[in-house]
Amino acid sequence: MTHTLLHQILDYANRADPYPIYEELRRTPVHHEADGPYVISTYYEIRSLLHDPRISSDARNQASAGADPLAESAPEGSALPPSFLRLDPPEHDRMRRMTNRHFGPPHSPHRVDAMRPELHDIVAGLIDGLGDPGRIDLVEEFAYPFPVTVICRLLGVPREDEARFHTWADTLAASLDPDPDADPAERGKGAHEARMQLGMYLAGLIEERRKNPGDDMLSQLATAKGQDGPMTTMELLSTAALLLIAGHETTVNLISNGMLTLLRNPDVLQRLRAEPRLAVPIVEELLRFEPPVQLLPGRTTLADVDVRGVTIPKGSTLWLVLASGNRDPQRFENPDRFDPDRPDIQHLGLGSGIHSCFGAPLARLEAQLALSELARRLENPRLLDDPPQYRQNAVLRGPRHLRIACDGIRP
Amino acid sequence: MPWTSRPRRCPVLGDGALEQLKREGRIVVVGASLAGLRAAETLRAKGFVGSLTMIGDEPYEPYDRPPLSKGVLLGRARAHRTALPRLRSVDATWRLGVPATGLDMAARRVRLADGDDVPYDRLLIATGVRARPWPRPEEAELDGVFVLRTRDEGAALARRLDEGPKRVLVIGGGFAGSEVASACRERGLPVTVAERGAAPLVGALGGVVAAVAAGLHREHGVDLRCGVMVTALEGDASGRVRAAHLSDGSTVETDVVVVSLGALRNTEWLNGSGLGAGPRGIACDAGCRAFDIRGIVTDDIYAAGDVARCPHPLFGYQFLSLEHWGNAVAQAGIAAHNMLSESIDRLPHMDVPAFWSSQFGVNVKSVGVPSMATDILISQGSLDSRRFVGVYGYQGRVIGAVSFDHGRWLPFYKELIERTAPFPPQFPTVDRHTDGQQPMDADFPDPSVPSHGPTVTLSGYSPADRRMTFTPAH
Ligand SMILES: Cc1cc2nc3c(=O)[nH]c(=O)nc-3n(C[C@H](O)[C@H](O)[C@H](O)COP(=O)(O)OP(=O)(O)OC[C@H]3O[C@@H](n4cnc5c(N)ncnc54)[C@H](O)[C@@H]3O)c2cc1C
Repeated sequence: MTHTLLHQILDYANRADPYPIYEELRRTPVHHEADGPYVISTYYEIRSLLHDPRISSDARNQASAGADPLAESAPEGSALPPSFLRLDPPEHDRMRRMTNRHFGPPHSPHRVDAMRPELHDIVAGLIDGLGDPGRIDLVEEFAYPFPVTVICRLLGVPREDEARFHTWADTLAASLDPDPDADPAERGKGAHEARMQLGMYLAGLIEERRKNPGDDMLSQLATAKGQDGPMTTMELLSTAALLLIAGHETTVNLISNGMLTLLRNPDVLQRLRAEPRLAVPIVEELLRFEPPVQLLPGRTTLADVDVRGVTIPKGSTLWLVLASGNRDPQRFENPDRFDPDRPDIQHLGLGSGIHSCFGAPLARLEAQLALSELARRLENPRLLDDPPQYRQNAVLRGPRHLRIACDGIRP
Repeated sequence: MPWTSRPRRCPVLGDGALEQLKREGRIVVVGASLAGLRAAETLRAKGFVGSLTMIGDEPYEPYDRPPLSKGVLLGRARAHRTALPRLRSVDATWRLGVPATGLDMAARRVRLADGDDVPYDRLLIATGVRARPWPRPEEAELDGVFVLRTRDEGAALARRLDEGPKRVLVIGGGFAGSEVASACRERGLPVTVAERGAAPLVGALGGVVAAVAAGLHREHGVDLRCGVMVTALEGDASGRVRAAHLSDGSTVETDVVVVSLGALRNTEWLNGSGLGAGPRGIACDAGCRAFDIRGIVTDDIYAAGDVARCPHPLFGYQFLSLEHWGNAVAQAGIAAHNMLSESIDRLPHMDVPAFWSSQFGVNVKSVGVPSMATDILISQGSLDSRRFVGVYGYQGRVIGAVSFDHGRWLPFYKELIERTAPFPPQFPTVDRHTDGQQPMDADFPDPSVPSHGPTVTLSGYSPADRRMTFTPAH
């Protein structure tokens, strides 16, 4: 009985529709099962905790807290140091700042926007290449290859190597799935191995980029000397690994959850076809309605923290269930309705606070372009399986396959 | 229209009166800028379909001011391209380029400079503030002497900077002055900042943080002179400014002077109207309803934005005047809501004040009222790195916070202020340095000494404030 809710979140049987469980969870905004994490499911509480400096993201603070679901710092001979996702300030700030120099404002204000024509070409190419319109797997043929191609171009990773890092990425993404019952050491092993392999692969690439820098981010990160000094090779490796993996694992889900939602809401799909600019509010509403990152499992309290009258003791693990907060009726009217016309949509889909999604501008742009082009070009598209087959992962939730059919592909 | 005509009485309360107001009432907004526009939009959003008149003395549609001291001076934005985005159609009669010159509260009319007068059932005053001019008019008029508040002033200054002056002198190191200095340095122009206090921003943030600001100025090559006043500006034969004389006896050769000495509230047009308006702004209740001079709240006149001063429950019910963008927006929404509501449905304006600035590549944010504090504790980051959060304390509670390049944490501190959390905060945080363990004196200058104008003014009763004399009647 005690473990029910946590297990239900992780239970694959609920992957297609976890929302009723979240609804149940919200009845106890601070939910705690013996020895388990404190699970926070309501909007305002999650948002507050995301800005709370007493909450640590540093995996090292979690040693005492039991299971480390992210297993990024395997105990001995760790393959790579933690990425900035798993660091607290000041290390986090320094690494994120150095990385951002080459990605966003103020130093690189146009980087993402300048990729627009290129992204458009990639999308067009992939849609042109779709096979039999009667049997498309939108994940395999579109939603996966698109962001992978993009992140490879951005970083300067050869697209041909995709098959190699795909396996490592899969393993690492799977390790994000928290399982309160599993032996952390056992779980860490596979991820550790994958990180090691990925690290060695990237080290080779970076070596090359140092000799022959291009205008890709990897070259820039490897050769930059900003006010923060250069990144060490190890820092560079874990940053590159983070960008490579986070740069596509989530966008795949955003796009496929997006298409699934649009096919379930044909009126919206119809409107998008007529008016591509609607893609902007549609993607925002998607980030609320079906966020690709459902929960953040790896935070720890540095002090006793009171949340809604419950004292969460120092050293506890928190799960912040973003997807549940996004459907909190205290915050959003009719939260279970997909409504791109919402006037006020400050969702938690990309997190908030210092760890809010680094790649957000790129992810948004990719999803907007992808969905508006699919809407425009697919003729009379329809779902072949509803619900589709989902990936195992409860944290990075999305369809494994999204089989659709259409009458043809418009030019 | 005779000025003395009796008002057409619109019932304020009673059956259906509100509905009637919404349907066929007349609402006038004086001050067609941020607060005015947002209020107008809110009125329409809340179902007001009566007549709406927007009166503004500037000839322009509502525009945004913060870019004027940032992007516009850097040449990244154009002054005439900063029109505020419209959130919805307001369908108003716009009287632009015409100042309001008077108010007849009994007749419910606003008088305009062109002789016209406009009747109202509800009036919103959002006339904001204007830049405090250089006190000696003949020097203020020299070519090359600027203030920065309006679009025209922003455009003129930007144009002059484009010409590549040999030195810019900024008088006053408050937020606006610091931003101007920062923009000039970014453009490679030599800049001198003359500040009466011990350091830039000292009035708004206290000496501890101001020392960091001073470091930023100097590191970016600003010739920063503190503890001095500019005593005179000198022009050449053609009437162009050529030098400034300082109280320490020194002289600064300069061809552009930016006077950044704070602001004056635009309330003169209300003199003699009987409304509780004066140099400190328009006194209102927490629901933005203006008081008359007898201290009685009016039912039909509201004020919002920089010109308003309201009591705030979180700050001891002190009357606060805030020159904050977010405050103008929030008060406009509250005023508009309350204008169209029965008394029990009215809302108080209780937002925690919040302000941002950007200078020398640093993003500065504040919440609460730092200038009310006595103590500060650096709770995250460090002063040395110029990336930190400082928490301000007053009488054992958290009353404000400031961040340098740490803005994402501020919502947490805002919650501490809202909860009147104890100061100093006792808990550990990520990135807490040794210099952050102890609270220190925040080191605000004596408030009775005038400064370049913090952007928050405590304008409640103070013993030094003796504007009224009590004359008993026989
Ligand atoms: C250069 C600059 C930079 C700023 N930067 C920031 C910042 O970074 N962050 C921040 O929080 N805030 C900033 N501010 C402050 C912010 O812009 C103001 O708080 C905001 O504009 C207030 O809006 P308001 O509508 O109350 O007043 P205003 O914008 O001042 O508008 C008042 C309007 O009323 C008009 N008016 C005055 N008298 C009359 C009359 N008798 N009849 C008709 N019309 C009249 C005025 O001409 C003006 O157009 C900045 C301000 C300036 C000038």
